[in-house]
Amino acid sequence: MIEAHGLTKRYGDKLAVDDLTFTVRPGMVTGFLGPNGAGKSTTMRMILGLDAPTGGSVTVNGKPYREHAAPLREVGALLDARSVHPGRSAYHHLLALAQTSGIGRSRVDEVVDAVGLGGAARKRAGGFSLGMGQRLGIAAALLGDPRTVILDEPVNGLDTEGIRWIRSLLRGLAAEGRTVFVSSHLMSEMALTAQHLIVIGRGRLIADTGMEEFIAAAAPSLVRVRSTDPAALAALLRSRDVAVSGADDGALAVSGLSTDQVGRLAGAAGITLLELTAQQASLEEAFMDLTRDAVEFRAPTTGGAQQ
Amino acid sequence: MTTTRPTTPARPAGPAAQRVTQARVIRSEWTKLRTQPSTAWSLLAAVALIVGVGALYSLLRVTRPPTDPAAVAGFDPTAVSLTGVQLAELAVGILGVLLVAGEYATGTIRATFAAVPRRLPVLWGKAVVVGLATLVLSLPAALAAFLVGQSILSGEGLDIALSDPGVARAVLGSALYLSAVGLLGLGLGALLRSTAAAVAVLFGVLFGPQLLAGLLPAAWSDRIYPYLPVPAGVAVTAVQPDPVFSLAPWSGFAVFCLYVAVVLALAAWRLGRRDA
Repeated sequence: MIEAHGLTKRYGDKLAVDDLTFTVRPGMVTGFLGPNGAGKSTTMRMILGLDAPTGGSVTVNGKPYREHAAPLREVGALLDARSVHPGRSAYHHLLALAQTSGIGRSRVDEVVDAVGLGGAARKRAGGFSLGMGQRLGIAAALLGDPRTVILDEPVNGLDTEGIRWIRSLLRGLAAEGRTVFVSSHLMSEMALTAQHLIVIGRGRLIADTGMEEFIAAAAPSLVRVRSTDPAALAALLRSRDVAVSGADDGALAVSGLSTDQVGRLAGAAGITLLELTAQQASLEEAFMDLTRDAVEFRAPTTGGAQQ
Repeated sequence: MTTTRPTTPARPAGPAAQRVTQARVIRSEWTKLRTQPSTAWSLLAAVALIVGVGALYSLLRVTRPPTDPAAVAGFDPTAVSLTGVQLAELAVGILGVLLVAGEYATGTIRATFAAVPRRLPVLWGKAVVVGLATLVLSLPAALAAFLVGQSILSGEGLDIALSDPGVARAVLGSALYLSAVGLLGLGLGALLRSTAAAVAVLFGVLFGPQLLAGLLPAAWSDRIYPYLPVPAGVAVTAVQPDPVFSLAPWSGFAVFCLYVAVVLALAAWRLGRRDA
């Protein structure tokens, strides 16, 4: 469980994180979304006590992270896959982290195997690809068998198999009752992995909602319908609450009615339907809509580069 | 990559067993020190400088032995054989710098502080391993330099025995001094977080004050000189410290340790506050 209250971080005259209040609950994967420079990494660093908040507070499992006697037991984190001394082997990097909490070599071997680093673990981390660096970072996050897992952009640099692996790993960790907090800018990836979403833009909270509600609220779903008589069908369906627009191929896009309703109305009027499909707005579109608004709400007076 | 499904190994131990303790952080820092390539290079360089430069300088002195009585009386065979310590201090200081500034350069410091969120145990852990590793290597190196140097100097009957007054203390003092320089480098690295800046300041602290003191009127500089970092620190490495330009051996070393302690205290103070 991660609880942030009024969390704020100011760098000079730039507000990186602006009055964030949210709760990340155990037992599910919570996605942390936002465009680059939205303040995701800064928020995660504050959760881990690496950066001190300018205002507000954040606790992990009931306490500020710094106050936990067994921190690796509470939180496992991947912040930056490049945070490894290039001259040291992956194994020794993990061993040094493990030893701070009295975690043994057998556990280091376990996490090395669990992330599929295998023989590469004995090689210098400087020669690692980004994908291997991510696997090493995830191994470090799993070392203490933590109740809470925080991963910043874990799928960066992973191949398709690696992405599938991460997806099932995160779901598995959540199913075991752990708190899983994952940032990403890949909306489609989050759609497949996260059950809950926290969306920020320019450091501000935009949405804190379930995945399905997020999509539904962000963009209404459309029904695509093609018939032998588009004009008659359009006239039939159009009303105050129902918008109908034509598509290039003669199909109609209907909003405000379900596929069932469109089908029944057409059947009652004797209009032959050739195609009837529900078109769910994609998470990508929903996200774009929300963050575009967030950007527009705030005049870009500072104009400074983000992050 | 071979894994297809995530394995979630059984919890290794209870929460109490995974507490961060100073002893555990020292072990962790020892692992880091011994697996960092620069450690081997700087310690090897330190040992080679202590023994090699001592032997070379002893050879040089034995080919041109002192002749007039004043020079014979002032000849310090221990100092000749331990000349390399003055160069080894750079290698050892840089080792201290790298152990902490290297973590900032590579970003490892964030993983380190996530594992030890109270942070200060990391600084103390690094201090223990740098101090001990330097001491354990430079003591035998200083002893070897002394023995090699004396055997060379004995060719002209210029040698001295380890059992003579102050000699064993000077050899041990050389190792202790190097150890303290390692801690000074560590403190500067933690304070400045940048390898280049910390190495530059390290050189400045080791060599700068003596140069600046030379610009002062002689009456002032003679008074200040013994209290400058290196002149104070090397008092313990001399069998007979200069009565005017040096403090007594252990007092001088204590003054040097005070400088190191101030730098480490400043580093600790900043470490707890700054964003990592």
